Amino acid sequence: MSDLIDDPREGLNEPEFNVTEISGAIKRMIEGGFSHVRIRGEVGRVSMPRSGHIYLDLKDDKSVISAVVWKGVAGRLATRPEEGLEVVATGRITTFGGQSKYQLVIEDLKPAGVGALMAMLEKRKAALQAEGLFEAARKSALPYLPDVIGVITSPSGAVIRDILHRLRDRFPRKVLIWPVAVQGKSCASEVTRAIEGFNAMTPGGALPRPDLLIVARGGGSLEDLWGFNEENVARATAASQIPLISAVGHETDTTLIDFVSDVRAPTPTAAAELAVPVRHELLALVAGQEARMAQALSNLLSMRRQRLRDLGRALPRPDGLLETPRQKLDLWGDRLPAGLIQLVQLRRLRVSERAGSLRPALLQRAVRGEDKRLQALAPRLPQGLMRVVATKREALGRRSDRLNVAPLHQDLGRKSKDLARLAGRLSDAGTRQTDSWQERIAALDRLRETLGYKATLRRGYAVVHGDGRVVTTKKAASGATELEVEFADGRMQLAGKSARRVSKPDPEAGPPQQGDLF
Amino acid sequence: MTVTPVAEMTFEQAMADLEQVVTQLERGDVALEDSIALYERGAELKKHCETKLKQAEEKVAAITLDGSGQPSGVTPVEDL
Repeated sequence: MSDLIDDPREGLNEPEFNVTEISGAIKRMIEGGFSHVRIRGEVGRVSMPRSGHIYLDLKDDKSVISAVVWKGVAGRLATRPEEGLEVVATGRITTFGGQSKYQLVIEDLKPAGVGALMAMLEKRKAALQAEGLFEAARKSALPYLPDVIGVITSPSGAVIRDILHRLRDRFPRKVLIWPVAVQGKSCASEVTRAIEGFNAMTPGGALPRPDLLIVARGGGSLEDLWGFNEENVARATAASQIPLISAVGHETDTTLIDFVSDVRAPTPTAAAELAVPVRHELLALVAGQEARMAQALSNLLSMRRQRLRDLGRALPRPDGLLETPRQKLDLWGDRLPAGLIQLVQLRRLRVSERAGSLRPALLQRAVRGEDKRLQALAPRLPQGLMRVVATKREALGRRSDRLNVAPLHQDLGRKSKDLARLAGRLSDAGTRQTDSWQERIAALDRLRETLGYKATLRRGYAVVHGDGRVVTTKKAASGATELEVEFADGRMQLAGKSARRVSKPDPEAGPPQQGDLF
Repeated sequence: MTVTPVAEMTFEQAMADLEQVVTQLERGDVALEDSIALYERGAELKKHCETKLKQAEEKVAAITLDGSGQPSGVTPVEDL
């Protein structure tokens, strides 16, 4: 039909797709073009849901691509994707038409070369070292001769064979193999479980608990050995109560477990050598000890025998020992009777000497001598007595002096002082009393003087006395036989009755105590 | 000297004690009676060491694991 009808409009001859058709076309194109790709990138976000699939991002500095690891593949992965790890992912790109998306389906995932793994290993090492898990003080000593050796390794392969052969050569022991995968995904968790499992065994339990553990694996690439770099393996090793030898890879391979194990063996064979001593060498050693011991005892005995002989030789003969004393005995035995006789004679001589000089006269002389002394001493007795009396008297005098004077004087002085003070006070009091009285007397006298008639006399008055009485009336004066006038400066006798006529009676003369004072 | 009976000693202990006995005897300053007792003890230790060494037997078994990875038993291994 198209041959016949020429479509005049440009572009309209292109086929028309619906969405599903174009999605399908894209899918075919992409999945055809990228059915097997290797992509290098850094692992971004990782999520591992319970489904078992792993979803992650791969990224570089500009772009990001979603990726998925289906459950079946995830179980086989040697390297678990970890955020930040540089990886090379192998797989295919698929599209998901329902959401206009594409993603990488990962079939294999490997670290991007040794550098990426090493960087991660260094990071873990630093972290564990900072925790002190590498400290020499944490390491325990290997038993000298373990009874049971636990070997954690692959049950098939050269490694376990090497170990068993070397053990057989040196010292056959009981060996308990805990089979584990020594590479791949499950390696780390199986090794961890094996270390913990051996430690969990109780001595004398159903399975004999090993005295020593060997974790071993043959050489391989860094990726192959990676399980032994995992943190859980390192921690289980550090926590192991049973001493543990690590022997992973060749001498040049150092994995994380080697830093935390008690001893690192360069190879599995070397681990077996470290584990047990050589039996025949020990047998030789024991035999050697026995020989040394026998030799030592024999030396000890022969030495003593020799010494005994030497001492025996130096011992003198009994006869020789007795000769000299015997000779001495003879000599002294001979001299004994003569000596005794001589001694008796000597004593007798001395007795007779003493007896000879013993006479009454001697005794009398002695008595006389004593008598004389007595006579000489007797007269001195009274004198002595007197002297003693005098001395005692003197002492008595001294005592009495000391006894009386001072305290009495003191007392006396004190008392006379008191007396003087009291007398003084008494005298003062008396004087004061007398003075006051005198003052009063003087005052009264002065008053009397003022009040008395004599003062009145000095003012020209006179008092007439007659017959010893004061005459105050003319009648009385006429009757008086004799009159006397008293002036201030004295009395004057008046003549009898004649005189009385001459003199004028003093009308003013009053009683002495009266006056013009009032 | 240790009070552990010889029969209960580990090889290492017995060996160390034997070494001590030999050294003491070689020094030669032990009393005769003591040296005989020492020798007898040394002989006993040596015998114990030898027994331990001769007991050496190889017995290899592999642990069998159940589905959850826990040990369930052992199987002898003979072909390695």
